[in-house]
Amino acid sequence: MCEEIRIISPCGILGYGFPEDSFLKGLEKEIHGIVVDAGSTDAGPHKLGAGVSIVSRRASKKDLEIIIKNGVPRKVPIIIGSAGGAGARPHVEWALEIIKEILSENNLDAKIAVIWADFTKEEILQANQQGRIKPLSRNIKPLEAEVIKDTCNIVAQMGHEPILEALENNSDIIVCGRAYDPSPFAAIGIYHQKDAGLSYHLGKILECGALCAEPGTTKDSIVGTIYDHSFTVQSLNPARKCTPMTVAAHTFYEKEHPYLLHGPGIILDLSECEFKEIEDGVVQVTKSKLINTDQTYIKLEGARRVAYRTFVIAGVRDPILIENIEEIEQKVKEQVSDYYPEINRDEYQIQFYNYGMNAVLGSKEKEHFNGHEIGVLFEVIAKSQELANSICATVRSTFLHYGYEKRKSTAGNLAFPFAPSDMEFGPVFEFSIYHLMEINENPFKIEYL
Amino acid sequence: MASLFDLAKVLRSKNSGPFEITLDILFDSKEKYEKVKQSGRINTETICNLYNISEDQVHHLAFFDQALGIKITIARDISSGTIGDRDVYGAQQHAPLMKIMID
Repeated sequence: MCEEIRIISPCGILGYGFPEDSFLKGLEKEIHGIVVDAGSTDAGPHKLGAGVSIVSRRASKKDLEIIIKNGVPRKVPIIIGSAGGAGARPHVEWALEIIKEILSENNLDAKIAVIWADFTKEEILQANQQGRIKPLSRNIKPLEAEVIKDTCNIVAQMGHEPILEALENNSDIIVCGRAYDPSPFAAIGIYHQKDAGLSYHLGKILECGALCAEPGTTKDSIVGTIYDHSFTVQSLNPARKCTPMTVAAHTFYEKEHPYLLHGPGIILDLSECEFKEIEDGVVQVTKSKLINTDQTYIKLEGARRVAYRTFVIAGVRDPILIENIEEIEQKVKEQVSDYYPEINRDEYQIQFYNYGMNAVLGSKEKEHFNGHEIGVLFEVIAKSQELANSICATVRSTFLHYGYEKRKSTAGNLAFPFAPSDMEFGPVFEFSIYHLMEINENPFKIEYL
Repeated sequence: MASLFDLAKVLRSKNSGPFEITLDILFDSKEKYEKVKQSGRINTETICNLYNISEDQVHHLAFFDQALGIKITIARDISSGTIGDRDVYGAQQHAPLMKIMID
């Protein structure tokens, strides 16, 4: 059993990029794993629903090239969490294709393990009938069979267990479908018989790259070292530094609670943690506790298509128009609906967002408007793309020429930055499944290539 | 009197999953953190008034002394990235916190 287990996290999201120097500095010492998280739900349901990545193929390949060219010849296990972003089959296959391309271009051989995170509608329907599925928070509705049937891709976040199995089978590169962000990191520590609480907590910190340093960024590398009773975190770029404050504060990042973190079958209790600077820029963390829950729940994610969108962006500079903008927009809406009496009004929605006034906070905005120019974004949401396009074109022409009261600018109301002005957006998705599912055995299947 | 904007080092918002937004208030000194914590101004009622939400929409409000930080997690009205959402990452919902005044 090694005393010190070192893990490099090259960057916060695979494809965000990182300085090669930082990464190579990490390889100067013995390394037990290069782990990179590729996943996030932050960019909305479209990535999962449409089966597309959050980063470009070019950027993803650039990052993976550095990782694979340095990791594989050194026999350091490489783990990719939530491959392709959303971690469903199309995303994982996209990542695998890039990996195989890099291996062949560099004449490298590697044993690849793929851990799938997909679930069929039938599996979820059955689990739902058996009462094994519950909403993740109280503003989410209980799951209905109709919703499951409409959902395109369904994944669940894996824990460390299947990743550990792939490590035990001597995999060089482990490509995970959707994973709980810290799990791929935790698997390395647990594989080397380190404490699971420390391993998961370190994973939580490393999964965002150098965001826990100051200045923080997801676009740089960081190294974590696990000992028997503690772990340390250290920046690999001399321009950044970890302090007890920055590391402790990072525990806050994008989690619902500051010190109780829920994962698959676990709760990470960080309430007693101590953060100490043991040498310049090296922060030691102790007393991270892991509690195994009585029942094991995994987090399900699914997205379904709900409508199509067409939108327009325009500037408004006329003071009379700005002063009465919301009222005028309401009248434009009515005129458009009157023009289409043959279309039922619940088949489409017209929405205006007045940037400069209250577009970001909506009804929560309390500041009074004070300015001379606004950006107006209007969108039409409809059941088909054709309908969204048609109605949006009518909204645009109606708004452009609308003769509001006391109008002086009788030639046109909108400054379009682009021609054409109407942008066909395509389908709009929603997270239709964001629930917990109780499991009795590991449902994540491993395939070796 | 000082505003939270003046006292805090970090004031931010971000999705905590697609159905919640989490607000973080972090400080660079124990003195400032304690001043805000002891003032009692950061409570459910303050958050409900600022964000026009009801108490059951405040899912968590917790202080974490080791990190000199306060975290508040609230329900989204509309989940991230679907029809009617205005902030897919939830990254610009922190602004109303700035004007909270601390005695």
